[in-house]
Amino acid sequence: MTVNVTRRQFFKLGAAGVASSSMAMMGFAPESAEASVRHFKLTHAKETRNNCTYCSVGCGVLIYSHGDGSKNTRQEVFHIEGDPDHPVSRGSLCPKGSGLVDFVRSETRLEYPQVRAPGSSEWKRVSWDEALNKIARYIKDDRDANFVERDETGKTVNHWTTTGFLAASGASNEAGYITHKVVRNLGMVAFDNQARV
Amino acid sequence: MTNHWVDIRNANLILSMGGNSAEAHPVGFRWVTEALEHNKAKLICIDPRYTRTCAVADYKAFIRTGTDITFLGGLIHYLITTNQIQREYVLHYTDASLLVREDYGFEDGIFTGYNPEKRSYDDKSSWMYELGDDGYARRDMSLQHPRCVYQLMREHYSRYDIDTVSSICGMPREHIEHIWSEIGKMAVPHQTMTILYALGWTQHSIGSQIIRTAAMVQLLLGNMGMPGGGINALRGHSNIQGLTDLGLLSQLLPGYMSLANASEQDYGEYIKKRAKQPILEGEVSYWKNYEKFHVSLMKSWFGDAATQENNWCFDWLPKLSKPLYDVLDTFERMHKGEITGYFCQGFNPLASFPNRQKITEGLSRLKYLVVMDPLNTETSEFWKNYGEYNDVDSSQIQTEVIRLPTTCFAEDDGSITNSARWLQWHWAAAQGPGESRPDTRIMGELFIRIRDLYRQEGGAFPDPILNVDWDYDIPEAPSSEEIAQEYNGRALVDLTDDNGNVIRRAGELLSGFSEMTADGRTASGCWIFAGSWTQDGNQMARRDNSDPYGTGNTLGWAWAWPANRRLLYNRASADPQGRPWGKEKAFVWWSSEQGRWVGADIPDFPVTSDPALGQGPFIMQPEGVGHFFAGQSMVEGPFPEHYEPFESPIPNNPLHPNNPLAKNNPAGRIYEKDREALGSWEEFPHAATTYRLTEHFHFWTKHARLNAVVQPEQFVEISHQLAEEVGVVAGDWVRVSSNRGSIKAVAMVTKRMQPLRIGDRDVHHVGIPIHWGFTGVAKKGYLINALTPVVGDANTQTPEYKSFIVKVEKA
Repeated sequence: MTVNVTRRQFFKLGAAGVASSSMAMMGFAPESAEASVRHFKLTHAKETRNNCTYCSVGCGVLIYSHGDGSKNTRQEVFHIEGDPDHPVSRGSLCPKGSGLVDFVRSETRLEYPQVRAPGSSEWKRVSWDEALNKIARYIKDDRDANFVERDETGKTVNHWTTTGFLAASGASNEAGYITHKVVRNLGMVAFDNQARV
Repeated sequence: MTNHWVDIRNANLILSMGGNSAEAHPVGFRWVTEALEHNKAKLICIDPRYTRTCAVADYKAFIRTGTDITFLGGLIHYLITTNQIQREYVLHYTDASLLVREDYGFEDGIFTGYNPEKRSYDDKSSWMYELGDDGYARRDMSLQHPRCVYQLMREHYSRYDIDTVSSICGMPREHIEHIWSEIGKMAVPHQTMTILYALGWTQHSIGSQIIRTAAMVQLLLGNMGMPGGGINALRGHSNIQGLTDLGLLSQLLPGYMSLANASEQDYGEYIKKRAKQPILEGEVSYWKNYEKFHVSLMKSWFGDAATQENNWCFDWLPKLSKPLYDVLDTFERMHKGEITGYFCQGFNPLASFPNRQKITEGLSRLKYLVVMDPLNTETSEFWKNYGEYNDVDSSQIQTEVIRLPTTCFAEDDGSITNSARWLQWHWAAAQGPGESRPDTRIMGELFIRIRDLYRQEGGAFPDPILNVDWDYDIPEAPSSEEIAQEYNGRALVDLTDDNGNVIRRAGELLSGFSEMTADGRTASGCWIFAGSWTQDGNQMARRDNSDPYGTGNTLGWAWAWPANRRLLYNRASADPQGRPWGKEKAFVWWSSEQGRWVGADIPDFPVTSDPALGQGPFIMQPEGVGHFFAGQSMVEGPFPEHYEPFESPIPNNPLHPNNPLAKNNPAGRIYEKDREALGSWEEFPHAATTYRLTEHFHFWTKHARLNAVVQPEQFVEISHQLAEEVGVVAGDWVRVSSNRGSIKAVAMVTKRMQPLRIGDRDVHHVGIPIHWGFTGVAKKGYLINALTPVVGDANTQTPEYKSFIVKVEKA
């Protein structure tokens, strides 16, 4: 266990009658006074190459995050800047891209699966299993009820038109490919992405 | 983009029209300023508004929204009548010399084969070349035959004289003359113009034909395939190019292959129609290889279940009973209560699709809605009351909504494809917040559950679900690496050359689409991405930014489709003998010593095809040449014609004032209720156009604090003259209404908007930025699609967001 105490708290603790030297031996230590030159803020950060996912220029970005990368720790993104090696953007970001870190850390990011029941005016948090099982059941029930093997003239069509899917052109090619593979093989045709608008 | 971002610096002239890259693609626009500063280039900017792109332009002009075909058609007329065309290019690299069938015609705005009752062209048979006895198109290299494409085009645009253009576009004659004469200078072989456009061209009922007109200008000037030339779509999202390439559209399969129509029941006929054979003797016509790409896709999706005997599972793919099941069609059916469930993966249709009221009513009639998104979108809370910004009664909405949190770019590995067709690989920097998951895993988890249900219970046509090839290490969570290698493709057995030598071992990754076969020996999920992840590793992750020829072509950075070519049709950068058109434009040329095409790029051409063979540079076309004449590929005609927006601020189409059928796009699809919801120009006299701001990206950045701070509040732009007419000053609130709804916003009164003289009256424009809504960290605002009409481009069904009519009043 580590306990973080500031210098002020540390001296207060000392004044309460416990010898500070023995506290230090017990694992209590004040954060250093930092009278020295401030460390470059990206020191010890993990640098990750990425691309801005706003417009279609595809500017290179470098993402800086903290965390030691070990199991059960969370990396935390705290800074994003342009990648100077990128042949198009050469380290630049525009006013949209300059705010990328605020997008990643936005207070309106979603964190948990939720369900809004018919007629309700609020969300209810659910588990992933509950959410996914519910969706899989909905898909199967509607597909079984409305899948068309042959049209009215007897032609084989094998399509399903009563459920639709919009895919994300902000997502990766890999997400797009696997989505297409699933959606088409269910027989879905009402399928588009932002390229349609 | 046919070319790429850095290549803009090679241009001598830049035409920015139907886009505003200084604000919508600011870092890409740096290459425009690079051309201005270091290549002595000039910039022309044409827009209904005075934008930041206009602010640095050498020539700028206002244009009435929706009249771009008129301006460009007039330009074609001007270039032909003043003989400012790149004649050798036009003769050898375009269809100008091909003869068109005798029964083709055009009268008062309507082409042959029109059915007025159905508002569509039933019979397009006359929109074709005349074929000789040998089955190839007939041609007249003198360009004198009255039915050659060149003469038909000349005649078609002879109506677009400068006075007509001026009166329809609202652009003074002297502006037009000046701009046309600057563009005409680019007809010399060693000078190029590039054209940059974006949603300002696509979001019209005639959008596809605007872009075609621009491409025709570029062919006349000999600018396609040239460095610093081309026709460059600056796309709206970071991976909208990739998702288009991967075919996530109602009628497509990956790699621009297409689903069969219900009428195409026979596999052989399906392939034959798409495996286009040459229309001129000896041409490449690369789509003739369609079956190789199709069978490889089916092997990727269905593995051993796809066999020659079952036509590679042809019947398992859905067939289309109508041409498109696009979003406007889907929301029409949803509004009628015909849709049960709807999925929105990183998509916010309540804000993005036209006529917000119709969208809300449609979503309210679903049984269930699933939203997968990193953010709290308006769509996911369409049922929640946000006062005037979302005035709904939750208790009356019976849709169950399931919302799944996804990771964003900073939290997953994978590639995105930019506008220049570059696939760039990125890496996760952190885990997503809370329990968020990548889309790949959500789709994997869902699929496994669905398959389990079908295994346990049976059900409707389970074959494709039970047999899909799903051989991923963790079936619930396919990795980005596995998926990328799947779309690249691999050999399923040892591949041998004609002499029996093994060129690719079973299981190895393919090096390109030329290795694919039509007999099931190869698999590839997206043939145009073949080469992106080879035996040499992940090509998309490459980071060599060297530019050995000094042309701005960095072949070692990331990977571009097709085959890492950076400039499409680059064979056309050399003359018919294979020599560069100009020293300063040398890019790809024929080396007689080496017997192959060489240069700064991967040749977009058979690499050993001697120029003496005379193969055309446009290898995907059956004629090998660029098209002035679109044949049967467009729904509203083989030559672009001006039609007014479906909501126009003037009473008729000035080109066809007496033919109401030709007022709007004669082949445009509009549903009955949506037609009834169109307004009249008398009641809604102001032309409206929507747009984006420098500081915001669509509906995302209102969730990011920095962007919300710098551009916090909703506004609309109006001119001083309009402000005076409606009695407001800058900072007042105005109500903007259409026949479908209204919004309230702060008036920004500015000289950047000007009334335009159309015929005998002034037409005011209203500029409406799109970025506000009722979720996020910025000030709440109205979704502006309360105003927009439900009608799309006749070919693509992209909604007409750039041209509609409103009324502005003091609020």
